Amino acid sequence: MLSRTANSLYWIGRNIERAENTARLINVTGHLQLDLPKGVRQGWKSIVNILGNMEAFEKLGIENDERQIIKFMISDLNDPGSILSSLHMARESARTVRDVLPREAWEEINSLYQSAKADAPKSYWPKNRHAYLQQIVRGAQTVTGILSGSMLHDETYQFVRMGRNLERADMTTRIIDVRSADLVPPDEHTLTPFENIQWMSVLKSLTGYQMYRRSVLEPVRRRDVLEFLFKERRFPRAVLHCLGELEGCAQTLKKNAEVIASIHSVVKTIEAVEPGALSQAELHILIDELQFGLVGVDTSVRETYFA
Amino acid sequence: MAIRWGSYPVKGLYDELIQGRAKPRPAANKLCQFLHGLTDKEIAEHKNAADLAIKLMGITFTVYSEQDGGAIDRAWPFDIIPRVIDNREWKIVERGLVQRVKALNMFIADLYDKQQVVKDGVFPAELLKDSVNFRPQCVGVKPPLDIWAHICGSDLVRDKDGTIYVLEDNLRVPSGVSYMIENRQVMKRVFPDMFENENILPVDDYPSKLYDMLASLSPRKVAKPVVAVLTPGIYNSAYYEHSYLAQQMGAELVEGSDLQVGDDDCVYMRTIDGPKRVDVIYRRIDDLYIDPEAFLPESTLGVPGLMRAWKAGKVALANAPGAGVADDKVVYAFVPDLIRYYLKEEPLIPNVPTYRCIYKDERDYVLEHIAELVVKPANESGGYGMLIGPHATLEEHEKFKKLIRANARNYVAQPMLTLSTAPTMVGNRVEPRHLDLRPFILSGKETYVTTGGLTRVALTKGSIVVNSSQGGGSKDTWIVDTEGGH
Repeated sequence: MLSRTANSLYWIGRNIERAENTARLINVTGHLQLDLPKGVRQGWKSIVNILGNMEAFEKLGIENDERQIIKFMISDLNDPGSILSSLHMARESARTVRDVLPREAWEEINSLYQSAKADAPKSYWPKNRHAYLQQIVRGAQTVTGILSGSMLHDETYQFVRMGRNLERADMTTRIIDVRSADLVPPDEHTLTPFENIQWMSVLKSLTGYQMYRRSVLEPVRRRDVLEFLFKERRFPRAVLHCLGELEGCAQTLKKNAEVIASIHSVVKTIEAVEPGALSQAELHILIDELQFGLVGVDTSVRETYFA
Repeated sequence: MAIRWGSYPVKGLYDELIQGRAKPRPAANKLCQFLHGLTDKEIAEHKNAADLAIKLMGITFTVYSEQDGGAIDRAWPFDIIPRVIDNREWKIVERGLVQRVKALNMFIADLYDKQQVVKDGVFPAELLKDSVNFRPQCVGVKPPLDIWAHICGSDLVRDKDGTIYVLEDNLRVPSGVSYMIENRQVMKRVFPDMFENENILPVDDYPSKLYDMLASLSPRKVAKPVVAVLTPGIYNSAYYEHSYLAQQMGAELVEGSDLQVGDDDCVYMRTIDGPKRVDVIYRRIDDLYIDPEAFLPESTLGVPGLMRAWKAGKVALANAPGAGVADDKVVYAFVPDLIRYYLKEEPLIPNVPTYRCIYKDERDYVLEHIAELVVKPANESGGYGMLIGPHATLEEHEKFKKLIRANARNYVAQPMLTLSTAPTMVGNRVEPRHLDLRPFILSGKETYVTTGGLTRVALTKGSIVVNSSQGGGSKDTWIVDTEGGH
């Protein structure tokens, strides 16, 4: 396979996953706002922070205003992390590799972008937002499903999968990082009011609430949630699960030694700690380290296969 | 009923579907009845469904626009009423195209070899000397099977008396075949019921025929030669087609930067496992840009050393560099003579009568009758740089007279034909619109002609400019077998 093609496939995987995660995050944040009493609401700015687009955001001088923030995250093409930017980039990548994509996958990516673009203005109103974001999530899942269900599972597919899992691991760590920071009570020994529903929202942004319930059988508590999101290998959005997938992909490729080594080093970092027992400051350091490790995986993939 | 054939005007025109007041041609009879039976609402629904299918299937072409800041991807303009040709007539056209392309290939091979055709006085030496598409770099090269133009797109038109003419041959990088196949896909999605009652010949075997032909050119005799489609990239107007064909053939779609020529003169593509040898390149980049070492040094689209690899026989190129020498509106005028010269046969499809400005008597005629003629520069495509005499102003006539006098070799002129028409949707009514047809001919061990081709239609009333870059649209083309059963 051409290096350029592999690169495009990898970015299709990443960008489709990113669009889906962003949609989920906005959706769950919206619901959470409604559940919290006025004084406790964190405002929307924190999710801009999760997505790491603070700089672009501040440059635009946007106030902490729901409608503007939503608009920024959904349809701002200057923001590479917005849903429309992600879908646009996925579509452009797909355009250059239409020869290896199943036709249905291209059609789905194309129509997902077209409808996301056409309907974006509707989403600025809370009333329509849920339906719009659901449509993005469903579209992204359809793309993932078509690729998994109709593409030859050769190395071509492995690059899409690697992109997807790397993006997913990255997003899970980001969500934990910012959300748990918001949740820290002024004094670590007291319970923040509404802590329970806020941790539930963390799980829900990762579609993990139901699965957490089935797997953990405990009330929603910081300690258990963190263990679950980092280490539950059976949960597809847990960091260790994503890393396991990444390793599986790398195993099928040639010249994979460096990539596998970079994945192992991130796995070891997680396995060496009990995330649930870490203080907020320690957790933040751990996440920094993990994100650094994920950048390392990305770099080794790029240097080995796309150069 | 929205479509009333009784009020459809055919006077003074040759219409492809309707031969007289409310009288469909036999091959179009069922179609016309079907259309007549549709209500306004149904027509609108079918039109919307077709537009939606085109948008969702992502069938686009790219237009370059200064105003909109670069390349834009436009939905493919499509008319839902197909153009119908009786299979009996098509078989004759097919034979004519095979004959024509065979002669053209012999002509190109001759020009890069002994030039017997010039020595025998059939083709003037001065025309060859001035030809902008003759590539001295190709002299003495012997491509596999001595075929140069593996893929040819010839434009056919029908005049008001019903005669089909060849209007031009495209031997460089002809495009449009993917739209022929996609148009059929759209029609099958939108009008499945029409296909049940008709005997319409399929068109979708083209990609596999193309692949077989390309694979047969491979210098390495291996079971699965590596075939690549070389594209200038996503900003090219035909990028959609490049990617479509690569996909349908299971070939690699490559850009110049994906390829390199090794010290062993073989061509390699950069892959995730390191360099991999390429056997056959279907290049969709013009000659002058394919190799900066041999042609334009400033080209960044091509592959340095590609000509070296080709001459060494390490890679096959389709079409061969230099094939464009016969894709020239001046050479066109000689094709009937070339058919007689090489094949000792009479041409089965006539040329449009063509005045060659290089000859004084023909030039004088053109200058005198410029208001009645269509004047074409020899080496432009896409309808650019043309003068349509009867529709032009006096200033434009004078401008072209000057151009012809300054560079006579570069111009030919033809009488203005009244291109045939077909019913085309305008709002929810039908009106006649002029059209042409571009079949594609593949030359390898055997010669293959597409079933029909791409019908292009001028969507503006009275216009005869069918190019999609200039407001043309397209129709599905049905070759209908009226004799065979189901």
